[in-house]
Amino acid sequence: MFLALRELKFARARFGLMGAVVALIAVLMVLLSGLSVGLVNDGVSGLQRLPATSFAFERGVQHASAFSRSVVETSAVGTWAGREGVEDAAPFGNVLVNGRSGGGVEIDLALFGVEPGSYLSPAVDEGARLSDGAPAGIVVSRTAVEDGIRLGDTITIDRIGTELKVVGTLADQHTYGHVDVAYVPLRTWQEVHVGARPGDEVPERAYREITAVAVKGGSADLRAGDLAAGTESLTLEESFGASPGYSAETSTLQLIEVFLYAISALVVGAFFTVLTIQRRQEIAVVRAMGASTGYLLRDALAQALILLILSVGVGVAAGVGLGNLIGGTAPFALEAGAVAAASALLVLLGVAGALGAVLRITAVDPLTALGGSR
Amino acid sequence: MKPAETVPGARSEKNTSGLVMRDVNLQIGDGEDVINALSEVSLIVEPGEFAAIVGPSGAGKSSLLAVAGGLTTPTSGTVMVAGRDMTVAGRRERTTLRREAVGFVFQSGNLIPALTAEDQLRLPVKFGGKAGRDPLELLAEVGLAEKAKRRPHQLSGGERQRVGIARALVTGPSLLLVDEPTAALDRQRSHEIVALLARETREHGVAAIMVTHDHDVLGHCDTVHEMVDGRLTRVE
Repeated sequence: MFLALRELKFARARFGLMGAVVALIAVLMVLLSGLSVGLVNDGVSGLQRLPATSFAFERGVQHASAFSRSVVETSAVGTWAGREGVEDAAPFGNVLVNGRSGGGVEIDLALFGVEPGSYLSPAVDEGARLSDGAPAGIVVSRTAVEDGIRLGDTITIDRIGTELKVVGTLADQHTYGHVDVAYVPLRTWQEVHVGARPGDEVPERAYREITAVAVKGGSADLRAGDLAAGTESLTLEESFGASPGYSAETSTLQLIEVFLYAISALVVGAFFTVLTIQRRQEIAVVRAMGASTGYLLRDALAQALILLILSVGVGVAAGVGLGNLIGGTAPFALEAGAVAAASALLVLLGVAGALGAVLRITAVDPLTALGGSR
Repeated sequence: MKPAETVPGARSEKNTSGLVMRDVNLQIGDGEDVINALSEVSLIVEPGEFAAIVGPSGAGKSSLLAVAGGLTTPTSGTVMVAGRDMTVAGRRERTTLRREAVGFVFQSGNLIPALTAEDQLRLPVKFGGKAGRDPLELLAEVGLAEKAKRRPHQLSGGERQRVGIARALVTGPSLLLVDEPTAALDRQRSHEIVALLARETREHGVAAIMVTHDHDVLGHCDTVHEMVDGRLTRVE
């Protein structure tokens, strides 16, 4: 690295410019990573935190809108519960509503209907667990508390007027399709789902309808279970795609990230290509003096690696700082693992780009060091 | 100084410490465009001897340097430097031979822009050359003791060439190959540089070959050869 370090120092303006470009890309990478994790949290954290491993939806349902369209008979729960490899199965309902708290806070909620005693009923951070009653006791996401909902508040659902009482709050963010999750007792959920106003007679079939069977059991044979219960299963991961906007958001961000990686590798490759071409005469001289190709390649790659690690380091630090500033205003969450993976990938692809460029060293003929030989 | 020998076979294999070239042919190109860059060239340069090669452009002077320094493998003939065969086929082996046995002085120094004068001399050791001489001592010897920390752009043309000479000698080579050292220098500097080369050659017992267009400086050389159309003849 004798030559590499001295050239970095000597041509610091040139390398500095290149480093600045890589650092800016790294900043963008960190922000995108934060946004991506933030959007995933906003879109599906309510699902991610469910103890279920798969959902059995109505057979033939559109996967992209399974949670809003699927209707399954409660009898399927029993069928699933009896299957081999299934630890537990419980009814699950999902519907999006607009509501208003007694304090005047307008809030959109994703109502997760679960049976109070089932394995889906969440443990609370504050207050009490889910309970039937009039009005029904519900448990809300921490993010709803941040939006102004308080323990003991009564939330009235728009249009139908059903009243829900906040009896408990959850410790973490539970959101679904960018909307706060509220766990409601299954019976209440079924009444809301058919649009029954308080006091209305509720059709008997309403109490037999749920969105899906939430199945817990990693070793369960989903296909056989579907055949027996007349359902269509999606694993928990697959069901994320049924969250509104989730697939479009994540695939857009992934596309941008892939492009950024490619741009980064190409820019670094182009820079070192020009640099290597400029160094031709110097390389010819050093090779004529007896430097091996391996020595020159190692030296040039070490130079690229130093430049990349320094600039990605600076960029990531700046990106994390910037991310903490905007954290409150946008769906944004930095995960050390995701940031580390993005940094490593930037460095790795940069080195790959540089390698393609510095391989030109092998094509330099030391004979060209002698003037007039060509 | 003993005179150089250009008659093949006259001094035979016992001269093993300098440069021995015998019946060297070098053909460049292929098919119908073959050029005989070197034709039956034989040349012996002993340690401490400073040989000059003159001749018109394109006569094969640089080809002679390339073959003597192991940059090019001749089509036929033998090239020995300090008893080692420079005509081996492997690129890696020739690289090692160059590193260990040959010092090059290029036109206008051809220094590395990023390195100080001292670092220019330290580089050959860094990539595996043997540490023959102390860089600072050698710089002082070529008159640059005060300028060891300067980079090429902070040195004059003559000073750059002095650094180039010191760099070629730092590993203690057996053969010094000098390519048009005065191309970019004025008359007085040319004489100083060639005189320095002659002195270093004698003091360190190196076999040296200088290719030049500059007939003014030939007085510093022990022998002069002329190259015309790939053929080498002794002039004086």
